[in-house]
Amino acid sequence: MTGTEATRADVCALAVAECFRNDGEIMVSAMGTTPSLGARLAKSTFEPDLLMTDGFNLLLRRALPLGAKPSDDDVEGWMPFSGVFDTLWWGRRHVMMGASQIDQFGNQNIACIGPWENPKAQLLGVRGAPGNTINHVTSYWVPNHNARALVAKVDLVSGVGYDRAASLGPAGSRFHEIRRVVTNLGVFDFNTPDHRMRLASLHPGVELQQVIDNTGFDLVIADEVDTTPIPTAELIGVLRELDPQGYAQKEVIV
Amino acid sequence: MTDKRMTVDEAVAEVTDGMTIGIGGWGSRRKPMAFVRALVRKGVKDLTVVSYGGPDIGIFCATGQLKKAVYGFVSLDSIPLEPHFRKARQNGTIEAVEFDEGMFLLGLRAAAQRLPFLPTRAGLGSDVLKINPHLKTVKSPYDDGEELVAVPALNVDVAFIHMNRADVSGNGQALGRDPYFDNLFCMAAKKAFMSCEKIVSTDELVHGGPLQSLLINRMMVSGVVETPGGAHFTECPPDYARDEQFQREYAATAKDDEAWKAFRAKYLDVSEADYQKAVAS
Repeated sequence: MTGTEATRADVCALAVAECFRNDGEIMVSAMGTTPSLGARLAKSTFEPDLLMTDGFNLLLRRALPLGAKPSDDDVEGWMPFSGVFDTLWWGRRHVMMGASQIDQFGNQNIACIGPWENPKAQLLGVRGAPGNTINHVTSYWVPNHNARALVAKVDLVSGVGYDRAASLGPAGSRFHEIRRVVTNLGVFDFNTPDHRMRLASLHPGVELQQVIDNTGFDLVIADEVDTTPIPTAELIGVLRELDPQGYAQKEVIV
Repeated sequence: MTDKRMTVDEAVAEVTDGMTIGIGGWGSRRKPMAFVRALVRKGVKDLTVVSYGGPDIGIFCATGQLKKAVYGFVSLDSIPLEPHFRKARQNGTIEAVEFDEGMFLLGLRAAAQRLPFLPTRAGLGSDVLKINPHLKTVKSPYDDGEELVAVPALNVDVAFIHMNRADVSGNGQALGRDPYFDNLFCMAAKKAFMSCEKIVSTDELVHGGPLQSLLINRMMVSGVVETPGGAHFTECPPDYARDEQFQREYAATAKDDEAWKAFRAKYLDVSEADYQKAVAS
């Protein structure tokens, strides 16, 4: 990928990066290609204090290109799984996970399709989603926005949404925050009185009706919907350096 | 000091039908696969396996030895979902107890500390409580009165772990960058057995890496087995990386009963020595 024109994937990567703005000195765990690229863009530009790992157990002092192996000079610390659990329970973490299904309150499912007792499709299982969402900030990435992914009701609540968190009362929900959902069509947040999902911005070239038709529940939509920012030429240059193979370009469905 | 050296088959002789076994490592990383293979040869059945699951759980699904899996996940890492486990779940051939990954750790810790449970926020509001109706919450006895999940202790009968180095007394060393939770598996068990790539003198062990790499002390284990390649096909850094090609071959057998039978005959219904020979050729 060498072009200097912003693609949809570039817009998505910047939208992901914006999720981490003002996070400061906390650990970001970004699952998947576009989340990894977006987090690295944030660290390389406006959030240099973010802590990020190599995906295994090394904390890296700078954001490396996707797929690059860290050298000893890139390392600043150690984060084995015991440290990851301590950090997430401590709350100094913002995770961006995928979602096989997500509903209007941000309940996420990565566990299975169909009833858990007798699944039609076993997916990843709940993994760390329950603990992540109740302990620290979470955002989501959906590369293929459609009505099978953005659903009225998820088959199994892995990541906890706002209605479930609210039912726990102020003590149980005090560390819960779903910051944003970034998809290939737009950016969504929960900045509504009852924390229903709201369309925050449409990516350039996406029609409002396209989002409505591909969402399995009623979104909150403002009278005037913003357009997701397009990365500047400078940011596109950074993105090309961070993803020389163009992995994110292949992931994002236009 | 007691010389605890034994063979993998002597170690798994402790396991009988219906037992709960704990398996160290993480996903497809530093799994005590020589013990898993020995348990397949032994044919022990109705097992409950407690594990940050990988091919250990997958193989017992495929051989039909697994009654119940207790896990935080079951993954081959480079293949995100263990295919034999997926098949067993979708065909309903195993019972499953699925925890959040952190809850699973607290269950191990509770068992290691001989506590009935440890409290956590993880799981609150999620369907983990729905799919595990045996889980209960507990109210903080202090002024905050906070409601928390009481993760029950994951007690196991016998635990198996694999280390890079060990001495004959059962001091063990993890030379990779992540120790995982193998010490807790040993302490959660009535009895634990450790395999290792190489048995060395205590002197060599102590000087073979930083002191922090001495994860296992001899109180924790009843037996030590030298099994070079004992974690194969999972990774065991710095000694070896994951055998991705072999793992792909193993994973593909979930889709084809004949391929699984051939895999089993070639790699599992044979001694550990013959397994290592078959892998090398």
